[in-house]
Amino acid sequence: MDKPFAITLDIGTSLANHTGSWRTQRPVYIHRLPPCNDACPAGENVQGWLQRAEEGDYEGAWRVLVRDNPMPGVHGRVCYHPCENACNRGQIDTTVGIHAVERFLGDEALKKGWVTEPAPETGKRIAIIGAGPSGLSAAWHLRLMGHEVVIFEAGPMAGGMMRFGIPKYRLPRDILDGEIKRITGLGVDIRLNEKIENIEKLLKSDGYNAVFVAIGAHLARRTEIPARDAGRILDAVSVLEDVEAGAPPPLLGRRVIVYGGGNTALDTARTAKRLGAKEALIVYRRNREQMPAHEFEMEEALEEGVMVKWLSTIKEIDHDTFKIEKMQLDEKGWPQPTGEFEEIEADTLILALGQVTDSGFLQKLDGVEFDRNGVVKVDERMMTGYRGVFAGGDMVPAERTVTNATGHGKQAARHINAYVNGETWQPGERHELAGFEYINKWYYTDAPHSVQGVLDMARRQSSFHEVVQGLDETNALYEARRCLSCGNCFECDNCYGMCPDNAVKKLGPSKGFAFDYDFCKGCGLCATECPCGAIRMEPEPE
Amino acid sequence: MTQRVRFYQTGTFTIGNRLLDPEKRTVQATQERSNSLTSGHRACQGCGEALGARYAVDAAMRACGDNLVCVNATGCLEVFSTPYPESSWQVPWIHSLFGNAPAVASGVAAALRARGKSATRVIAQGGDGGTVDIGFGCLSGMFERNDDVLYICYDNEAYMNTGVQRSSRTPPGARTATTQAVGEHPGNSFNQGKNPALIAMAHEIPYVATASVADLHDLEDKITRAMSISGARYVHIHVPCPLGWGAQPCETIKLARLAVETGLFPLYEAVDGEIVKATPIRSQRPVAEYLGPQRRLAHVMKDEEALAAIQAMADRNIRRFNLLKTDAEA
Repeated sequence: MDKPFAITLDIGTSLANHTGSWRTQRPVYIHRLPPCNDACPAGENVQGWLQRAEEGDYEGAWRVLVRDNPMPGVHGRVCYHPCENACNRGQIDTTVGIHAVERFLGDEALKKGWVTEPAPETGKRIAIIGAGPSGLSAAWHLRLMGHEVVIFEAGPMAGGMMRFGIPKYRLPRDILDGEIKRITGLGVDIRLNEKIENIEKLLKSDGYNAVFVAIGAHLARRTEIPARDAGRILDAVSVLEDVEAGAPPPLLGRRVIVYGGGNTALDTARTAKRLGAKEALIVYRRNREQMPAHEFEMEEALEEGVMVKWLSTIKEIDHDTFKIEKMQLDEKGWPQPTGEFEEIEADTLILALGQVTDSGFLQKLDGVEFDRNGVVKVDERMMTGYRGVFAGGDMVPAERTVTNATGHGKQAARHINAYVNGETWQPGERHELAGFEYINKWYYTDAPHSVQGVLDMARRQSSFHEVVQGLDETNALYEARRCLSCGNCFECDNCYGMCPDNAVKKLGPSKGFAFDYDFCKGCGLCATECPCGAIRMEPEPE
Repeated sequence: MTQRVRFYQTGTFTIGNRLLDPEKRTVQATQERSNSLTSGHRACQGCGEALGARYAVDAAMRACGDNLVCVNATGCLEVFSTPYPESSWQVPWIHSLFGNAPAVASGVAAALRARGKSATRVIAQGGDGGTVDIGFGCLSGMFERNDDVLYICYDNEAYMNTGVQRSSRTPPGARTATTQAVGEHPGNSFNQGKNPALIAMAHEIPYVATASVADLHDLEDKITRAMSISGARYVHIHVPCPLGWGAQPCETIKLARLAVETGLFPLYEAVDGEIVKATPIRSQRPVAEYLGPQRRLAHVMKDEEALAAIQAMADRNIRRFNLLKTDAEA
């Protein structure tokens, strides 16, 4: 031993002692599926883009977002945000305002003119029928993959139900037009006023490799009401379409009854008030808990003075007198007539009883099968019974929302891309759901939901200005930073800092961490103290 | 001061934060930390003392530009870190006896001064046994002479290294090898033991603080502040011992946090014998939540009177150190 006086041990020599041999279980970094991503009908990587937004990298966030959904400005406004219903933060204080941040990113993109570039041309040609959310979404994805895309739209403008079904006060048209323009800017050709009757011709003689049919559902569903001398009866879809197309406003009179309980019924009632009706009364046969319209839209409608008669049906019409029958829910929750009647006077009745799809032209194709009301059956690849013809959106069996349709467009694009390349597309395996039980909530500070400003009542009722205001940059950043990052590491350094054995290596910004199994004793502190559930303890392999 | 910006996701309470300016991050969050106590040491799984020692010495090293000598009392920390011929220390480190660490540290400081190396700082460290029982005479002497040493006590509430015997820091009711959970009053006696931070304050030394491995930001702030002051300083750090407490190794931080949140281990700072700041409890918990996961206290959970007495201790701390003030007041 030739050490200086009183020196007996060399520094850091314990590294020779590999304490990892003590271990019976080991920590592993994993990814769990965040509830927001799980719930998104458009398959957005919500947590992924929120993470960029938290850093103030809005363009990066937008780029992650549009990998799945080309229309964040639209969706930030009209999507019913199932992501927020699933958000784990709701169990700590209030859910993250995902839609508000999405809307902010969508608006920023339009302001700054952010665009993406398609892949090199593949030489494949795809025809899309219908320029609604589903068709536009499919076009965006297929074009980005390098295919030539043509959309045939029977109507005079692109947008489908986003334009003709959703009023301006919920979706300003400059936003919708801007996002459609970005899609056509990629080289997607939208041919308006062009109704397709013969799909076979597209495939056999026009040189298209595949067709995606997304014509939606825009025929109003009717009902039988005995009427002696019916007054003015309109359907909701036509009213909303006329308002949009700039037709002279329908003469609604002083008092309007809207029959139905869906979102369209509410949109129609709110539109009727804006068109000058003094009273808009919704008649719905069940109660508020059961109505399909979304809660926040109901709230906004009630704030604007829309009235509702719950548990009521229209039994008879005699000119401007409506005989209403009271209903009662049976044990199964179905409305049953009670035999109690009352009479209401109104100038106009607007039916908002749902829509059906106008899919008759597909009947000419061999093998295409239909469900109730003309809904088209598709297989797990979203292909109809006719090879090369795919369908999605409101015309296939699914929940009818813009976001669902947009998700169908993405899915269809992937399947069509695989189909034209002679392959099949398999979705990746889904990670285990990052439920609230994996969240260590100690680490998350309570923070209230930033409140979106709401236009004042007077202004809202008399105009079509947008009702709900957006976030500014400070708010958006604050809102994004409320994300818990459920199930995925956000580099809080807890594992690195709290390992008593210094057995976690920090790899640098955005590179994450690695376990040093030579020294990890398997105590599990890192997994317990991980705020977001991104570490799992697994039995040590034999 | 490490972090005074409130973050809602990434934590005012986590070790690090990718959104924060690098200079505001904790020492432990940096890739450049000294790892003064490095891997390969033989502490048990989930050892709170190993963690606390790295937290404290890394922070002290950063505060003095790594110009530091470390004196260690006998105890777990000394035994598990330096089994001959290995050492886990990456800092000049000396060990002499169980009870004389404060005296050795005083001597090292005097020697450095005599040789004109007063820029080199000295810390001494030990467990609760070596500090509060065996070394207490030396420690008191170091305090009254106001020697330029920072003394850090890692308090795991018993003599763990020799087989979990009672110390004067063992909490009432706790089972140890020498206070068995038998008879009419099982476990350690009530109304015994001592509070070294308050005794240190009575010496009116420049700086006294209590800290916990569950609150790194607070701990690093206190060590950094202590290192900026000359004279005798004392920091008392609460470090759970999974083995001695009969707790899960993965729950070390959770237990330390509960000790703070129940009020049983109050966090405060004192300058010249006067308390200048107490760290408020964030969300107060009943003591049963802290006691429940510890086997050494399992019998207390069945004894309402004992439970009430321990809750009364927590309540007294909360009152005495004003631990429930709001953020605004703080």
